[in-house]
Amino acid sequence: MARLTIPAQELMRSGHSACPGCGATLVMRYLLKGLGERTIVTVPACCWTVIATPFPTTALDVPMLDCAFEATGASISGLRAAADQLGLKDVTIVGFAGDGGTADIGLQALSGMLERRTDGIYLMYDNEAYMNTGVQRSGATPEGAWTTTTPVDEFSRGKLEPKKDIMAIIAAHNPPYAATVNVAFPEDFVKKVEKAKAIHGPRFFHALAPCPPGWRYSSEKTIEVARLATDTNVFPLYEIVDGVYHITRKLGVAKPVREYLQTQGRFSHLDDAEVAKIQAQVDARWKRLLALEGLA
Amino acid sequence: MEEDLPEAPIATTPSDVNHTASWRTFRPVIDLKLCTKCNVCWKFCPDDAIAFDGVGFPVIRLDYCKGCAICAEECKPKAITMVKED
Repeated sequence: MARLTIPAQELMRSGHSACPGCGATLVMRYLLKGLGERTIVTVPACCWTVIATPFPTTALDVPMLDCAFEATGASISGLRAAADQLGLKDVTIVGFAGDGGTADIGLQALSGMLERRTDGIYLMYDNEAYMNTGVQRSGATPEGAWTTTTPVDEFSRGKLEPKKDIMAIIAAHNPPYAATVNVAFPEDFVKKVEKAKAIHGPRFFHALAPCPPGWRYSSEKTIEVARLATDTNVFPLYEIVDGVYHITRKLGVAKPVREYLQTQGRFSHLDDAEVAKIQAQVDARWKRLLALEGLA
Repeated sequence: MEEDLPEAPIATTPSDVNHTASWRTFRPVIDLKLCTKCNVCWKFCPDDAIAFDGVGFPVIRLDYCKGCAICAEECKPKAITMVKED
């Protein structure tokens, strides 16, 4: 048998109903590789309820509870309490929600779960819009991006507002562990999940999940687009352990943001000035992240 | 313990009863002479549609491959070609 760089065990089955080339599917696959079979997953309304459970089938070899759109954080707390009551101490409870269900609709329940110090993991898979319902803009959609509700026409140039910084919101709750992960870097992804598994208390992952139909690129480019997101500093990889920042992938010189933007049709309308503005924002965020790391 | 649970739909059939081969327009074909057994194709498959044979070469599980072509795109020695289905 050849050498594998991530665990061989598959807890996500084939035959699920994700689109070809789906990034969110890889997020679930790597997450469960890191957590193992003693895991209970709870999922609100999002792509993954559709991917996993065309009734009566399930794509996961671990229990999965569907919860209401806004309730993922509360669902994690409830499952934890029930598991504790039943004496299931070795079980990891994980909420798996999209960016709309996390940064917009589920924010209150998430904040509550973090504040209660629930012993569980919350993962937001970020495809940067309400993809399940057909590409409507969310709080996590980046500035400039086309969506069906931020069209590109004579009246509009895509989304006007910047992307909500969910990691800053999480950091404000001071959890023992939070990290960004990216499907283009599975070894880093699984390593962080294994690390988080060994920690108790509320833990959070922000996972980049490229979406071929929603981001307007061809399905084979999912990994390339994801890799460019990190290598252009649009989506830096870092951890926050007890408030201490640590960047886990640093290039000597980051690639220009244009290289990332031009892979996707949702950014194809952007002119040079608009690209320069996004580059300046990315540079500023990166500088801030380096400064946060420097506080350690 | 089930008695005190409210009645709710519970899905218990593993999803691999669903074959997704018909989603595919192009099929990955691996040239084993070029394959280095690096496993990158397996690692990045969103459909768990790549297994290994007895000596470690990847095998496409054609009942499940949706033809996304991530494997062909990421294969460094370019051992995978996408061939149009009939």
